[in-house]
Amino acid sequence: MQAVGKKNKIKESGIQFLFKYGAIALLIIIILYFSSISEAFLTYANFTDILRSISIVTLLALGVTFTLVVGGFDLSVGSTMSLSTVVTASLMVWYEMPLWLVIILPILVGIIVGVLNSFLIVVLGIPDLLATLSMMYIVAGFHRTYTEGYSIYNNMPLTAGGTAPGQLSEAFLWIGQGRMLGLPVPVWIMLGMVLIAYVVLHHTRWGRVLYMTGGNAEAATLSGVNTRKVKFAAYVISGVFASMAGILFTARVGSGQIDAGAPMLMEAVAAVFVGYSVLGAGKPNAIGTFFGAAVIGILLNGLTILNLPYYAFDIIKGLVLVSALAVTYVYAKKRFSQTG
Amino acid sequence: MVSPFLSMNAIQKSFGHVKALEGAQFQLVKGEVHALLGVNGAGKSTLIKILSGVYEQDAGDILIDGQSVRLRSPKAAKEHGIYCVYQEVDTAIVPELSVAENIMLDTIATAKNVFLSMPKLYEEARNTLKQLQVENIQVQQPAYKLTLAEKQLVLIARALVSSAKIIIFDEPTAPLSIHESDKLFSVIQKLKMQGVGCIFISHRLPEVFEISDRITVMRDGTLVDVFQTADATAEEIIEAMLGTSFHQEQHTRNYPLGETLLDVKELSDGNKLNNLSFTVSEGEIVGIVGLVGAGKTELAKTLFGLVSLTKGSVKLSGKELRVKHPGDAINAGMALIPEERRKEGLFVHESLQTNASFPNLRKFSNLLFMNKSAEKSFAKDIIKRLQIKTDNTETPLVHLSGGNQQKVVIGKWISRDSILYLFDEPTKGVDIGAKADIFRLIRELAESGKGCLYFSSEIQEAINISDRILVMYNGQIVKEFSRGDATQERILLYASGGKEE
Repeated sequence: MQAVGKKNKIKESGIQFLFKYGAIALLIIIILYFSSISEAFLTYANFTDILRSISIVTLLALGVTFTLVVGGFDLSVGSTMSLSTVVTASLMVWYEMPLWLVIILPILVGIIVGVLNSFLIVVLGIPDLLATLSMMYIVAGFHRTYTEGYSIYNNMPLTAGGTAPGQLSEAFLWIGQGRMLGLPVPVWIMLGMVLIAYVVLHHTRWGRVLYMTGGNAEAATLSGVNTRKVKFAAYVISGVFASMAGILFTARVGSGQIDAGAPMLMEAVAAVFVGYSVLGAGKPNAIGTFFGAAVIGILLNGLTILNLPYYAFDIIKGLVLVSALAVTYVYAKKRFSQTG
Repeated sequence: MVSPFLSMNAIQKSFGHVKALEGAQFQLVKGEVHALLGVNGAGKSTLIKILSGVYEQDAGDILIDGQSVRLRSPKAAKEHGIYCVYQEVDTAIVPELSVAENIMLDTIATAKNVFLSMPKLYEEARNTLKQLQVENIQVQQPAYKLTLAEKQLVLIARALVSSAKIIIFDEPTAPLSIHESDKLFSVIQKLKMQGVGCIFISHRLPEVFEISDRITVMRDGTLVDVFQTADATAEEIIEAMLGTSFHQEQHTRNYPLGETLLDVKELSDGNKLNNLSFTVSEGEIVGIVGLVGAGKTELAKTLFGLVSLTKGSVKLSGKELRVKHPGDAINAGMALIPEERRKEGLFVHESLQTNASFPNLRKFSNLLFMNKSAEKSFAKDIIKRLQIKTDNTETPLVHLSGGNQQKVVIGKWISRDSILYLFDEPTKGVDIGAKADIFRLIRELAESGKGCLYFSSEIQEAINISDRILVMYNGQIVKEFSRGDATQERILLYASGGKEE
């Protein structure tokens, strides 16, 4: 009996350890491994590069974090980002709008998608995964219809004949390509957003209400919280983050690529779930999400240096997501069996 | 006397340190309806779960037809012809399947052949329903179209198809209308005639007298007495259920009551609650007592705005209330300590201080930012005031005992300084020591001029704490007792639908 008990205990503390420090340990191992095989890896230039490459995914993932905090999920962030990308580009290239409108209008688009998601989930009661899956297709369809399937670039030829009048302005491109105080601008934006999300989620009344709604909606209601409004807000926030990611992407690439967001969805979701287990938080959190995005970014950067074929990257991303989920759910099962 | 078909002798069952059954006995002859009665915690449901194979007894034996049997699983119990019709029929019905498939479910599940003949299935199902004389139920329609009462009949039919010898009815009439109950009773009579032994559990005494042949009364996990229904009186039965009722010290109120605080007039929720009127004064503790399913929780939730009322008015401190959401009720000065503590009252994976500050986040934040040190000192404050046994305000609540969790549920309202407290079964699953603390706290609240509504099915506890007791039965208030007049016997009589001559 005692031997079995001891074995269980070791197993349990093993899971505990994995849950608390697994992500960090993984990060250290990855960094050590890649620096041992490539000199180019552990350089300042490469690290700012990594940070810049994860800035867009991190924004998306922050949106997903908010929906997970309230006990929901948002699969439509990738499509929303794609839509925002082409809308941003088109506003400048097709319609020559001023910069402030070019920033505001895509964010409005994100808000609309968020409101529609909320309507489906909160008002109609469709399960979050299914509702946002449908929205993912609808929004993706919209963005392709809007662009007629073409990417949008400076003075592009139009299907109606002639060329587009506008260009992406220098000021706009600075958002995605400029540098400030030794770091690329997108990195500053990302760090700023991570900080804001962290403060809101962990140090404000709103954050408390968001977490409690996700933790036990019934108890939150009986404590006077209007949980429907809270969920509504979370999906709108997710839409806003996705559209910001889209704007950033356009500025970074210098054109409105179609389907820009589709491959980012998986990375964003994986980042959030890796983030669950950072320092044993056990719940979605802003710092963890950033950390998760970093783990994935570093991994992909290293694999690029190793010259792994691009097509194989999805395998790695999928494996990271699966391992993060495994750790999270095995731990959750443990935790619930203790309480039940 | 006829030798019993089923005989359960000297049954023991413990859960951890708690003895649920000790030397319990029960006997059933073929073709009788045998009622099993007892107050909450008497061990009825444990005994029934042992009989239907959900639990296995620690000691004692079960004889069927003189043969000793072991019922290790619900499947084993079914093989011996023991079937159970639970109150929550929906858990046993597959809503998308047809009525016929639902009736034949056990047969289908164990059948060896791969293909099913639908006509044969319908035929057999129809025959079974005919035996019960409820052939008006269409066997081809999907089961979700049925009413609750019809679903019950489907379950009975399922038992009959599998040639059940014993059918357990666990509070079958609780969700039924009077007409539907009558129908059920005539079906039970049919079963009786076919030689099926029926075990009937109900909180409603008039029904028990109407339908049963014998009554077994249990108390504290053991047999008290077996009555022939024809010779028994309601008073006798109630006395047996309660035993020599020990009277705990009652506290006496030594201060005058204030103004009327809560004034409820002709409240209905269009569902369970029907035309309730009552008042609560400042400083008063009003007990609302009723058996399970009497509508106490519904009343608490309606007052608190979780369910909207369809008729009637609620006044708090003289002001007409229109609550559409618990938030409105809280702002008006109400606090609810819900029945399902873990499900409705707490965030069990969060810390004590997070839980405690939640109903009043504005008080614990500057502008938008949480003031964590204020939260902590409030948490320490209620730990001290309610004598919660923990040394750390950061421990997740899962690690606390039920009683201490309950104290947090109560304590979290203190920062709001509410004027009316609704306690829904606050002592459920709480140990003796914590119970005393909770009672003391409720009295303190009343002494400081708050109004308290105490919803409970624990009659003695309600008598001890309340200034006045309202008895609920079937969604209505059927009797009011002052503290002096209230006895367990009288309350239980009214709570089970009886009346004094």
